[in-house]
Amino acid sequence: MNEPLWEVFVRPRRGLSHTHVGSLHAPDARMALRHARDLYTRRQEGVSIWVVPASEITASSPDEKDSFFDPAGDKIYRHPTFYELPEGVEHL
Amino acid sequence: MHLTGKFCNTEGVDTPAVKGADGLLGEVERAEAALRAAADRAGAGSFEAVIEADQKIEPRDVMPEDYRKGLIRQIAQHAHSEIIGMQPEGNWITRAPSLRRKAILLAKVQDEAGHGLYLYAAAETLGVTREELTEALLSGRQKYSSIFNYPTLTWADMGAIGWLVDGAAIVNQVPLCRCSYGPYARAMIRICKEESFHQRQGYQSLYVLANGSPEQRRMAQDAVNRWWYPSLAMFGPPDSESTHSAQSMAWKIKRFSNDELRQRFVDMCVPQADILGLTLPDPDLKWNEQRGHYDFTPPDFDELMRVVKGDGPCNRQRMAHRRRAHDEGAWVREAAAAYAAKGKTA
Amino acid sequence: MTDPMSEGSSRVNQQARVPQRSGGTPLELADDALIAAQRLSEWVARAPTLEEDVALTNIALDQLGVARLLLQSLGDEDELAYRRGDAEFRNCLLVELPFGRARGDLDFGWTVVWLLFLAAAQKLRYEAWDNEVAAKAVKESAYHLDHATQWVIRLGDGTSLSRERVQAAVEELWPYTHELTEGIRDDWLSIVEPVLKEATLVKPSHDTWRPSGGRSGRHTEHLSYVLAEMQALHRAHPGVQW
Repeated sequence: MNEPLWEVFVRPRRGLSHTHVGSLHAPDARMALRHARDLYTRRQEGVSIWVVPASEITASSPDEKDSFFDPAGDKIYRHPTFYELPEGVEHL
Repeated sequence: MHLTGKFCNTEGVDTPAVKGADGLLGEVERAEAALRAAADRAGAGSFEAVIEADQKIEPRDVMPEDYRKGLIRQIAQHAHSEIIGMQPEGNWITRAPSLRRKAILLAKVQDEAGHGLYLYAAAETLGVTREELTEALLSGRQKYSSIFNYPTLTWADMGAIGWLVDGAAIVNQVPLCRCSYGPYARAMIRICKEESFHQRQGYQSLYVLANGSPEQRRMAQDAVNRWWYPSLAMFGPPDSESTHSAQSMAWKIKRFSNDELRQRFVDMCVPQADILGLTLPDPDLKWNEQRGHYDFTPPDFDELMRVVKGDGPCNRQRMAHRRRAHDEGAWVREAAAAYAAKGKTA
Repeated sequence: MTDPMSEGSSRVNQQARVPQRSGGTPLELADDALIAAQRLSEWVARAPTLEEDVALTNIALDQLGVARLLLQSLGDEDELAYRRGDAEFRNCLLVELPFGRARGDLDFGWTVVWLLFLAAAQKLRYEAWDNEVAAKAVKESAYHLDHATQWVIRLGDGTSLSRERVQAAVEELWPYTHELTEGIRDDWLSIVEPVLKEATLVKPSHDTWRPSGGRSGRHTEHLSYVLAEMQALHRAHPGVQW
């Protein structure tokens, strides 16, 4: 009997995003959440957990890497350091 | 991660700090920092370029088939070892001689299950399923560490396993925190950090026995006598006979040779044994000024091969136990799947 | 026969016998938790999935943790755990039963029904208390209760085989719940009955046999085996440190 694979995301502390920590197997979402708690937060590593069926994740493929991510590489105007400020300006 | 100073303990026995452990944990921290630093460097292109630049290969990257297969074999064997490794120590949980020791042992064996699961998760990113991995273990197609085919005959074995077996495992594992495959490296960092308490509790437990009643002391020495050579054998065959080593090193899966790690382990253990006041069962163990290392008698590699092939004292027992747990759980897994298929949400 | 826990027994300080009504005495709760932890430890490396192995061990650790805190409040925890004989234990009979009809059995369906019954009672008893240990224990038992609930529902409403197995466990264990829930029966039923209903399980229709005696030290045949295993090593080396 094959139990589905679930990807686990844990928010380590308030103010931080959920981060992928690993995966586990469980028959359904509720059990997956419980197992995630027991497995990935045994040492108080989290304040919130998400579980997502691995089969529901659509990932970008390495073949598409260039077309996906390179275009963002030359749009330096999205980064604040692109803009030179006149001397003496503060709080910007 | 503070290993210096005294152990905290509640039973009035101070244990001196273990030298060497500090360095190993420091290495885990440095491996983690290196992992972040590698991520910050500009992306390299091909598989070879990533390896060359000490960056991490990630799950869906293009990789040589032998790299993928070799990693699956290694990670799976590692995961299986954690799972089978629960048995020898689990053997003493219900008989632990104090409630404090019982709690520590329960938590430790639970960590082993957890570590097995982290590793299975890492292996699954390479395109193999848990079912396939489980089947490979139960059918004997994939192996686990031979150390777990030795019996735990007395309570002192809990201490000796913690000190020697976990100690050897840590020496083996710390370099894996820098392994070129991202998910494996990240799992190992997590595992090494969690395992820091395993070795320490074992050493401390053995220290209490070594300084306890004459009977406890005999028990401790006997355990060390039985676990020393099997622990040395954990580093695998000598470099001259190791089949997978060269390619693993080139791909930065492995960073040090079997013999280098074995030597490192011996060098760590000798002063630790002195502090325990216990003897390592090797009359030829002595400091070699010229080499800057201890000379020691290597383990019996023929015995290692016999145990690997299935003729160790507990191979059959360990496998039968695992198969039984798996078979007896089948109706539960089927029921849970049947319930999930009904689409109800409890 | 004199009650070994009567006045003058030196191992347990006087507080231990302050009656707590619906809370139960600290010693009763400690022994329930300790023997439950001992029983649950049998599951290590035997659970139906590795994920469940981790979960059951967590519950065993929680039970052991509460037992230790309570025993420490009563005296020396190891003296109390390892040096008392079976007639000195005050746990209810339910916790000492094997996880199945015979000694050595390890039935997962039986275990989750056992845990459902036990955790519901423990939660109520801890809630009736008002101290730090109880506050921690309430949260933990709420989690145990939920874990058991999830499994009882899945097995009860899973396959016909699984339903048959947990229904049998409900029938075998139900008689022991009377002792378990003395003083809190109605509240306990209001927790357990909806779970059984959702799991399509039914209470036994014949409910006249109500074994008890654990609270006064008269146990089943099973407890002395549990203690023999738990205490053997400790007793073989009197007066040493571990």
